[in-house]
Amino acid sequence: MNVAKLQAAAPDTLPTDLAALEAWFDRRLDEKLAEREANKVPSLCVIATKGTMDMAYPPFILASTASALGWNASIFFTFYGLELLRKDLHLKVSPQGNPAMPMKMPFGPDWLKRINMPIPNLVSGNLPGFESLATSLMEQTVKAKGVPSIKELRDICIESDVRLVACQMTVDLFNYRQDEFIPEIAEWIGATTYLGEARNADVCLFV
Amino acid sequence: MENTLDARGLNCPLPILRTKKTLNGMQPGDTLKVVATDPGSLKDMAAFCSQTGNTLLSSQQAGGDYEFLIRKA
Repeated sequence: MNVAKLQAAAPDTLPTDLAALEAWFDRRLDEKLAEREANKVPSLCVIATKGTMDMAYPPFILASTASALGWNASIFFTFYGLELLRKDLHLKVSPQGNPAMPMKMPFGPDWLKRINMPIPNLVSGNLPGFESLATSLMEQTVKAKGVPSIKELRDICIESDVRLVACQMTVDLFNYRQDEFIPEIAEWIGATTYLGEARNADVCLFV
Repeated sequence: MENTLDARGLNCPLPILRTKKTLNGMQPGDTLKVVATDPGSLKDMAAFCSQTGNTLLSSQQAGGDYEFLIRKA
C-alpha cells in the first residue's frame, strides 16, 4: 500500500509532510514492538549436566518457577545430568571436592546447628560411608527447612508441563537403557535439535 | 469468594508454586489469602503477581508470618 492510499484510508491519523510521517512511523514502530513484547510468552532453556543432589536443585527450581510464571520452560539433561531423570533417584552429595559445602547438624539445639564442622578431604575421602552420611544429613536439612525434595520438584515440573529432553549420546556413551529413565521424557535429542530449541529462548542457563 | 493457602513451613520455591496451583482452580476476580513463613516470599510474591497479571492487594508481616492477599486476574 502506498502513502497516498494510506492517507486516503486514514486521513485523520496520518500526517502529510515527510518529517511528520517519519515521526509517525517511529511512534507506530515503538508501539508495535511494545505490543509484541507484552504479548510474548517468555521461555527458559536450562542445560543440566551434573548428577549430584545439590546441583539437581537449580534446574528443577528455575524450571518449575518459570512454569508458574506462565513461561515455556525446558530442561535438557546431558552427561551426569541424566541421573536426575532416573526412575529410581539415588542422588548423593559430598563435601569431597566441594569445599564450600557446610557440614552442619540438621537437628539439635540452634547453637549446635550453627556450627560448621569442616572435615578434611583426607578423612572424608577415606572414611567408608561418608558420602551416604553427608547425603543423609543434607536430606534431613532440606526437609527440616521446608525445601522440597528433588523427586517432589521433578514431579511438579512434570505436572506443570516443563519439557524434559534428554541426550541420546549420553545413553549410548555410558551403555544405559532408555527404560531406566522416567517415561515423561518428551524426546531424546542431540546437540543440533537442542540448539534449534534454545536459539529463541529468552533465558538460557548451563548448570 | 475468598480462598486460603497455608504455606507456612515451606521454602523457596514451594510457596509460589502452591500459590500458582491454588490460583489455577479459582475464578477470575476471586481472592486468595496466602500465609507463609519464608522471608523470601515477601519479594517473590510481589514479583510473581507483577509478572502474571494477578493483583497483590496487600502484603504484610504478622508476627513470624507473612500474609498476602491476591486477586486472580
